[in-house]
Amino acid sequence: MFDIERWQEIFDTIRKNKLRTFLTGLSVASGIFILVILLGFGQGMQNGIEAEFKTDAATSIWVWPRRTTMEYKGLNPGRQIQLRNKDYDVIANDLGVEYQKASILYFPNNVRMLYNNDVITYSLAGTTPELQTIENEFLSEGRYINYTDLQTNAKVAVISNKIKREVFKDLDSPLGEYLNISGAGFKIVGVFGEMGKDEDEEERIFIPLTTAQLAFNGGDKVNNLNYMLPEKGTIDETVASSEAFVKEIKHYLHQEHGVAPEDERAIRVWNPIEEAKRYYALTGNIKFFFWFVGICTIIAGVVGVSNIMMIVVKERTKEIGIRKALGARPWGIIGMILHEAIFVTAISGFSGLILSMALLEVVGPNIEIDYVLNPSVNFQVAFTTVIVLVLAGAIAGFFPAWRAVRVHTIDALRDE
Amino acid sequence: MIEIKNLHKSYKMGSNSLHVLKGINFSCEAGELVAIMGSSGSGKSTLLNILGMLDELDEGSYDLDGVPIKNLNETKAAQYRNKFLGFIFQSFNLINYKSALENVALPLYYQRVGRKERQEKALKYLEQVGLKEWATHLPSELSGGQKQRVAIARAMAAEPKVLLADEPTGALDSKTSYEVMDLIQKINDAGNTILVVTHEEDIAEMCKRIVHLKDGVIVEDKKVEQVRASQYV
Repeated sequence: MFDIERWQEIFDTIRKNKLRTFLTGLSVASGIFILVILLGFGQGMQNGIEAEFKTDAATSIWVWPRRTTMEYKGLNPGRQIQLRNKDYDVIANDLGVEYQKASILYFPNNVRMLYNNDVITYSLAGTTPELQTIENEFLSEGRYINYTDLQTNAKVAVISNKIKREVFKDLDSPLGEYLNISGAGFKIVGVFGEMGKDEDEEERIFIPLTTAQLAFNGGDKVNNLNYMLPEKGTIDETVASSEAFVKEIKHYLHQEHGVAPEDERAIRVWNPIEEAKRYYALTGNIKFFFWFVGICTIIAGVVGVSNIMMIVVKERTKEIGIRKALGARPWGIIGMILHEAIFVTAISGFSGLILSMALLEVVGPNIEIDYVLNPSVNFQVAFTTVIVLVLAGAIAGFFPAWRAVRVHTIDALRDE
Repeated sequence: MIEIKNLHKSYKMGSNSLHVLKGINFSCEAGELVAIMGSSGSGKSTLLNILGMLDELDEGSYDLDGVPIKNLNETKAAQYRNKFLGFIFQSFNLINYKSALENVALPLYYQRVGRKERQEKALKYLEQVGLKEWATHLPSELSGGQKQRVAIARAMAAEPKVLLADEPTGALDSKTSYEVMDLIQKINDAGNTILVVTHEEDIAEMCKRIVHLKDGVIVEDKKVEQVRASQYV
């Protein structure tokens, strides 16, 4: 390895056989290049799909009531179900189900909203502080609704960035402004934006749940129950636990509100994790596909390198004979051929690696295609691939070299 | 220098066995210039290959400079070849991507001589064969005679005990053949032992001793009056 004379001999050989060296190098470099680009885009698609699902927390669950569609225990179908605070409390305390966050939405009816005596038409919702996490909202200004607001029935409001742009475009900040909601003044205390895009949320003004129920004849009525579940180790476990949760609360709500157990329409549940799971499975498949293609590319590369090595050694049979006649030891010759093979494949493999990673680095962040985000590749994986290819090249070179030195010197010398 | 007793060699050709050498007894002193003659199939090349440790003998003994040559593994044979023998082939067998100088220096590489010393030595031997100016040329840029002279320089470079030449003039015209023989004679005059395999009478007569091989046995072994090649050049 550190035999300088051997290095010189190899450099001589490489210098004098540029085309051969170039072709060997090209097949190795292109194999690595293609693999890295493929893996990069596989990662990019996964990143892209994950980003699409950042809108709401992926483990959130939404529950809202509709009309019954089945007769049950003497109750007619077509009856509107009304959820109440009690449902929230029972799920929280008595059911023994596990969740991270829970929140309530109440939409008051027949409210009139004014700002500076102009009517504004957005939807109004009473809620609790936990909604911020469940909806994955970030605050761009001020604060969100807090527990003090709930306890004191505070007349405060949180608006979306969109409303700020549309209604308060003349002001630096809408904080401290008052909205007139059905005659009562609500002070704006915060502005929120959302990760990703959700049109409904953008149209909404949030006020404390207690205030909403008290001020707009809500009593203990609620419209939506929202939950966020803890993430488990794998997506499958998360899906399983969320399905168990949904089953549990549906069972309770059906009983509590006199809904037939098989009536799927009366209590609606939206569980985005199931949808997410399909996409995750899709990314898994895509990743698998890219790996498959990548590994096929590597195999093709290995076969190519082996082929070239075999031809190279065949071409050099006579040279090997001459070297043996001049006193080269068999292992010396094998060593020389392998040394050259490893050197060439390593250099070209790493150039392919560096080139492709540089390309991903430069082009990757600028790619703006749906479902593809910042394609990148795990350096360790790419590095390992190069090592594998180099080893394969060495093994592929070893056998023909070994056979070539086994050939009788005289036969080798006669080889034309 | 060379001592061969009762040498047998046969080749397997499918199911048949071809008995090529049938009991050769031959010895040769240092400084001799021996021609080994015979028609094709007489076994002369086989004998040379065995002498050159490129092939193994089946039976008998072979001593080279007092060292018994038998049952050598590849590595040992390579060592001995490098130390004891210089080869000159009919088809020159130069490495085509190496310059004349690099070809001559190659046996020295396998003797683990340093690069600088190697090149100096190789240049010295190239000068001896009159090709100093051609040192950087590739074999493809040289004429047949020049190639053979490079090959001779290469054989000499390792300073071997014995030079083995297998039809050294076989691929050359008469004039060039005589030039090459002149060179071989001069090398012999300097005290080197040389064995030349040939089937050409005139080339054989330029040696000091002629050994005739026929059907695997020596039929004649005589000393001759050497014809100097220089008179034809």
